[in-house]
Amino acid sequence: MKSYAVESTGNNYIRLRKKLTQSFCFMLFRISALINGLALAVIVYFILANGWKAINWTFLTQPPMDSMTKGGIFPCIIGTLFLCIGAMVVAFPIGVFSGIYINEYAKPGRILRIIRLGISNLAGVPSVVFGLFGLAFFVIYLKMGVSILAGALTLGAMSLPVIIGSTEEALKAVPDTYREASLGLGATKLQTIFRVVVPAAMPGILTGGILGISRAAGETAPIMFTAAVFSSPKLPESVFDEIMALPYHIYVLATAGTEIETTRPLQYGTALVLIAMVLGMNLTAIILRSRLRKKMRQI
Amino acid sequence: MIFSQRQKDRFMSYFFFIVATASIAVLFMIMLFLFMEGIPIFQKISPKDFLFGEYWYPTDEPPDFGIFPLIFSSLAVTFLSALISIPLGVLTAIYLAEIATYRFREIVKPIVELLASLPSVVIGFFGMVVVAPFLQETFDIATGLNLFNAALMLAFMSVPTICSISEDAIYSVPVSLKEASLALGATSLDTIVRVTIPASISGISTAIILGMSRAIGETMVVLMVAGGAAMVPGSLFDPVRPLPASIAAEMAEAPYRGDHYYALFATGIVLFVFTFSFNLIADYISNKYRQVGEATL
Repeated sequence: MKSYAVESTGNNYIRLRKKLTQSFCFMLFRISALINGLALAVIVYFILANGWKAINWTFLTQPPMDSMTKGGIFPCIIGTLFLCIGAMVVAFPIGVFSGIYINEYAKPGRILRIIRLGISNLAGVPSVVFGLFGLAFFVIYLKMGVSILAGALTLGAMSLPVIIGSTEEALKAVPDTYREASLGLGATKLQTIFRVVVPAAMPGILTGGILGISRAAGETAPIMFTAAVFSSPKLPESVFDEIMALPYHIYVLATAGTEIETTRPLQYGTALVLIAMVLGMNLTAIILRSRLRKKMRQI
Repeated sequence: MIFSQRQKDRFMSYFFFIVATASIAVLFMIMLFLFMEGIPIFQKISPKDFLFGEYWYPTDEPPDFGIFPLIFSSLAVTFLSALISIPLGVLTAIYLAEIATYRFREIVKPIVELLASLPSVVIGFFGMVVVAPFLQETFDIATGLNLFNAALMLAFMSVPTICSISEDAIYSVPVSLKEASLALGATSLDTIVRVTIPASISGISTAIILGMSRAIGETMVVLMVAGGAAMVPGSLFDPVRPLPASIAAEMAEAPYRGDHYYALFATGIVLFVFTFSFNLIADYISNKYRQVGEATL
């Protein structure tokens, strides 16, 4: 009896210690998750708190005045929109078709592996290298010059992996019974894909498009040498014109402007407009996707 | 001419295949043009002097094109940011996959995704106007734009990558493994440390490598907050000039197809080789040690 009692207190001690270590470690896990949230909150807070004062109608609808120290950022907003739309016109169809090939046609094997490797490596190429590539290929070799076209193509190449990934995920979520039902009714594979599978996966594919746009909107390095200029006297008239863009505007105002301190409110304001655009698009995409996943779970 | 459905089907399958190779084509073109514009510098300077030369004074007369300080800066910044981002990313992933209730999971996951979507220029701006003055005052140093600041900002850019890929890996560990461990009397923590993490270690390693690859290639943050001095840093608070920052800062002024221009493209090659090999290693690990149910243990 005695020895049993001793053993039991020993066990209790070990159990207590284990319990304490466990709660300590779990606390550590929670704290690290919290730090992420905190980082996002702090960054958004600083931009919001300092930026909202700069936001008004003039800021959003007028070009910069008094050599960039006053006025608005209208040309930058337009420029960023043009670049995003251009990038999507190029990347969206290519990305979606690639996703369709990978999920619907490709058989597991060497070819698929090489394609996947290509996509994951493309996703890993540093943004400044995309900028170098755009400069050497589009701007110089294809003689497009520093232009919307060159910038949009560079951004398009960069956002391809995002769109392919989302398309693939969306197609994968379409149940095979859909395909079987369509094929069983005598539809060809092509008809099945375009009339059944793609419509069912459409919200997911569009999510990918939105994520692609938001990625293109926020990137600076790829457009630094290919499309963006600090100041342009007029709004662009053709795709061969150079253009002002939000991210590049922030960068130049914050680092190279002659009056960095006086333009601080403008910098905060521009940053606020940019993150409002990007976070807004991402939030839409996240909500769309979580709704979609809930729907798929019900099927 | 009228095509039968069958012919149309066949034609379209080739069409999809060709489009799907676009990514590889782009990757190939990137390499081609980097090398085409970067190789000529090696007529002026040997690859060894280029990689290990200690002085980067591209605009001096005669110019010095040694990128060793830049490579060292890049590695230092990446390593330091990894020290912060690996624990943060992996611990958050464990929290999300194993501990968090469904409701918290649904809140924390979007937060991590939003953190990933913050434009790098905004994070750089934040580092410049908020973190730098703070560091300068707290530690009483000459400039807040330095190695430490850049590493800190980069860490928050690579945490989302590390976190989301690790989380997928941890989440896909079969429940039966965990149940077996718990049934044998292990605590939840024991199960996580001795069963779940070892079972998903290949995914976690992939995540870490991809996170570091993102950190080393990130441009705007290091351009804005690293300080920009092309020298081997002596302390945590010395300004540095990593590879991408050097390219981004100098390309605009480099005369077209001059030596400086070629040297910057060659710097691009070095950077590309870094990220490319990181990605290949990640791909190798995730394929070689793929988790296939219980059979992996």
